[in-house]
Amino acid sequence: MAEEEKKPKKIVPKKYPMPEQDPKERVHNFNEVPIGQDAQTAIAEAQRCLQCKRGPNRKVCMDGCPVEIDIPRFIKQVQLGEFAEAIRIIRENQNLPAVCGRVCPYENQCEGFCIVGKKNEPVGIGRLERFLADWERREQKHGKVEVPPPTGKKVAVVGGGPAGLTVAGDLAKLGHKVTVFEALQYCGGVLIYGIPEFRLPKEIVRAEVDYLRRMGVEIHNDYVIGKLETVDELLKSYDAVFVGTGAGLPDWTNLKGENLNGIMSANEFLTRVNLMKAFKFPEYDTPIRVGDRVVTIGGGNVAMDCARTSLRLGCKESVILYRRSDAELPARREEIHHAKDEGVRFELLAAPLEFIGDAQGNVQQVKAIRMQLGEPDASGRRRPVKIPGSEFLIDAQTVLIAIGQSPNPLVPMTTPDLKTTKEGTIAVDENGRTSKMGVFAGGDIASGAATVILAMGDGKRAAKAMHKFITGDRTWPAPEVFEKLSCEM
Amino acid sequence: MYEIVKAEKLTPDVIKLEIKAPHIARKAKAGQFIMVTPTEHGERVPLTMADFSPEKGTITIAALEVGKTTRELGRMKAGDQLFSLVGPLGLPTHLKSYGNVVSIGGGIGLALMYPIVRAFKQSGNRTINIIGARNEKLLMYEKEIEAISDEFFICTDDGSKGHHGFVSDILKKLIAENKKIDLVYAVGPIIMMKVIANITKPYNLPTIVSLNPIMVDGTGMCGSCRVIVGGETKFGCVDGPEFDGHKVDFDNLTARNKRYIPEEQNALKRFMEAK
Ligand SMILES: Cc1cc2nc3c(=O)[nH]c(=O)nc-3n(C[C@H](O)[C@H](O)[C@H](O)COP(=O)(O)OP(=O)(O)OC[C@H]3O[C@@H](n4cnc5c(N)ncnc54)[C@H](O)[C@@H]3O)c2cc1C
Ligand SMILES: Cc1cc2nc3c(=O)[nH]c(=O)nc-3n(C[C@H](O)[C@H](O)[C@H](O)COP(=O)(O)OP(=O)(O)OC[C@H]3O[C@@H](n4cnc5c(N)ncnc54)[C@H](O)[C@@H]3O)c2cc1C
Ligand code: SF4
Ligand code: SF4
Ligand code: FES
Repeated sequence: MAEEEKKPKKIVPKKYPMPEQDPKERVHNFNEVPIGQDAQTAIAEAQRCLQCKRGPNRKVCMDGCPVEIDIPRFIKQVQLGEFAEAIRIIRENQNLPAVCGRVCPYENQCEGFCIVGKKNEPVGIGRLERFLADWERREQKHGKVEVPPPTGKKVAVVGGGPAGLTVAGDLAKLGHKVTVFEALQYCGGVLIYGIPEFRLPKEIVRAEVDYLRRMGVEIHNDYVIGKLETVDELLKSYDAVFVGTGAGLPDWTNLKGENLNGIMSANEFLTRVNLMKAFKFPEYDTPIRVGDRVVTIGGGNVAMDCARTSLRLGCKESVILYRRSDAELPARREEIHHAKDEGVRFELLAAPLEFIGDAQGNVQQVKAIRMQLGEPDASGRRRPVKIPGSEFLIDAQTVLIAIGQSPNPLVPMTTPDLKTTKEGTIAVDENGRTSKMGVFAGGDIASGAATVILAMGDGKRAAKAMHKFITGDRTWPAPEVFEKLSCEM
Repeated sequence: MYEIVKAEKLTPDVIKLEIKAPHIARKAKAGQFIMVTPTEHGERVPLTMADFSPEKGTITIAALEVGKTTRELGRMKAGDQLFSLVGPLGLPTHLKSYGNVVSIGGGIGLALMYPIVRAFKQSGNRTINIIGARNEKLLMYEKEIEAISDEFFICTDDGSKGHHGFVSDILKKLIAENKKIDLVYAVGPIIMMKVIANITKPYNLPTIVSLNPIMVDGTGMCGSCRVIVGGETKFGCVDGPEFDGHKVDFDNLTARNKRYIPEEQNALKRFMEAK
């Protein structure tokens, strides 16, 4: 039996609350919704931790963290008020703590495994991580980042999203020379162009990227691999290449009227608002406009971000149209609550059939149909089926399509011997090795659209394998492995 | 940051900028474009490469000053720095020996057709070139294009130089004369490209047009640039910008390019008042 269960300790049953901006206020601004906890609260939260020991038959918080942060060890330091030491421990494994402390779906990750969470609310690990990263940034504890002497090995990272940045950080920590090639003007991937300012301030992403620069990582922005240089060309000047180009290709409904004005992909909408700062138009030049009613199609994190952003851009009503029921909404619960608190209306068990426009080609209405849940499908979720005769019209001057993203095709298209799967993802083994020797891949380009922390976990494993590869162990899986992967998936 | 090495006016409202970008110049091909963001607060706008020189390590763009961003570019001088420059983007012009190629440019299209005509010529084609503008003063690249033309026609709307009328008149005349034409290439205002495509369609003359949908990233991740070609949705930035003129839904493109008119006017007014 575990020690903490032998000598029961009185546990505060709930997490200490996270102060938030009032919903009525926050729908009028783009400031961050959760305000952050103070040092006292963080210490009190850390006191809820039992400092569990991990065992072969005993899963604890760390088993849920894809980048294997030593959670009990850092929490111990928070209990002692040793914040500098605590963040140092986190940074051993985690290159973007301020980001993950905010957007990690920790309820399914570390906190989902927390022992305290069995009978009470789990320890607020994500919040502690956020607190420490913010504390570090505020206290200017970054300073110069120590890295070992150069090994003389050079690595190219394609794509500056969470996967690529993790690889960059981990290999720089080992003394390798890392160059990141990023297509956009800033690094961060979805963290910069997708996730809105009110969930993840862009200044934080920049600070994290800056930290990598201080470790000696070289970053080339505005650099599209596949157009400027191919992966094959990179292989001539680098010892290994990591591809982390993400799943940035928007999926469409392919319904009638989808090209009407006022209908755009979640990517276009969020890129205009976040990357190009259209919410500050005309101070920034890129325009964005929403009509009185915005209908967002989809039910994931991306859809929640679209619906909540629309409110902040001044629409009168923001509606989510989702074909299954509340229980199946794929977004994080926290995001769904935030959306509801802010007044987003959920039109559930409904799917679009057609988009109807006016003579000028502007969308006016969505024709939709009611759905009911039938038999479970391949994903185990009950399949939505149309209820005949239940068509209805909903007015919409803006429609946002947030039904998914597919892998970016450019790198696979321009790298002939890189095997891909049916879904268009790059086929990789468990170490991120691809069918092309010296080329590794991870994150959404290898897994399909997933999460920040899974992309980082991929990056971590790939970095380890890359280190082995460039320091002499050049074993590589047989081609059959990838033949199989590319058919199976 | 990317340095402007030379800035000049081609006409009162067309700016030509030569920009230091050796990495792009090395890879650029005729028909491709770049996305440029003049300042940190700026908009990403697509501009075709009007020229590129791997030797000098520069690319050249020519822009018609229509709104805030192009006017901002119009005020830039040699030595100024551009915040962001991405390229080469889009598919290059498909080059081969077609035979007789008629290239038609209108307005800003004149600056853009020059490297393409040059590439057609280098690929062994006979080049017949028709250039048009509202009046003589707005003609550009006249000498350069003429120098690589097997046949050359100028049109002005007001008759101040060359044929008094539209570029389409000359094309119709060539067709009426039963001239052998293997390919028609058109670049310019949407309405001009639409008219050309409508003329060549009954004769089944292969016609390529270079489209200018509103773009955001220019790399295929947003769909702002979607155009309807042959009933299918295509992305202008990765599947284009050149498409089969007979299949393009020009009316949809015209409507989609009007999406942000109030905001564009607001931005322009603010910009003009500030200076
Ligand atoms: C709106 C939105 C909200 C989300 N919310 C959450 C959330 O709350 N929590 C969570 O965990 N996950 C969330 N996700 C998912 C998460 O952001 C992704 O799973 C994660 O970013 C994947 O990381 P990545 O590094 O694989 O790819 P990306 O973040 O997509 O980064 C890929 C990078 O590669 C660059 N690139 C692409 N092609 C090229 C090329 N040819 N050459 C050079 N560079 C290239 C891109 O510009 C981009 O910067 C969200 C996603 C979206 C879209
Ligand atoms: C592939 C491609 C190549 C192009 N090449 C050239 C070129 O070489 N020279 C040239 O003068 N013009 C070119 N254009 C058009 C040019 O991009 C627009 O004129 C420019 O973006 C206008 O910006 P603005 O702020 O000055 O004007 P705005 O006031 O923003 O807009 C004026 C007009 O430009 C169009 N436009 C606005 N924003 C964009 C955008 N982000 N992308 C595309 N069009 C937009 C609108 O339809 C509008 O009618 C090209 C467009 C494309 C898609
Ligand atoms: S990175 Fe995510 S999973 Fe790991 S400890 Fe932090 S919040 Fe938990
Ligand atoms: S499982 Fe929970 S209580 Fe146990 S060490 Fe981890 S965070 Fe602390
Ligand atoms: S401009 Fe975004 S996909 Fe073409």
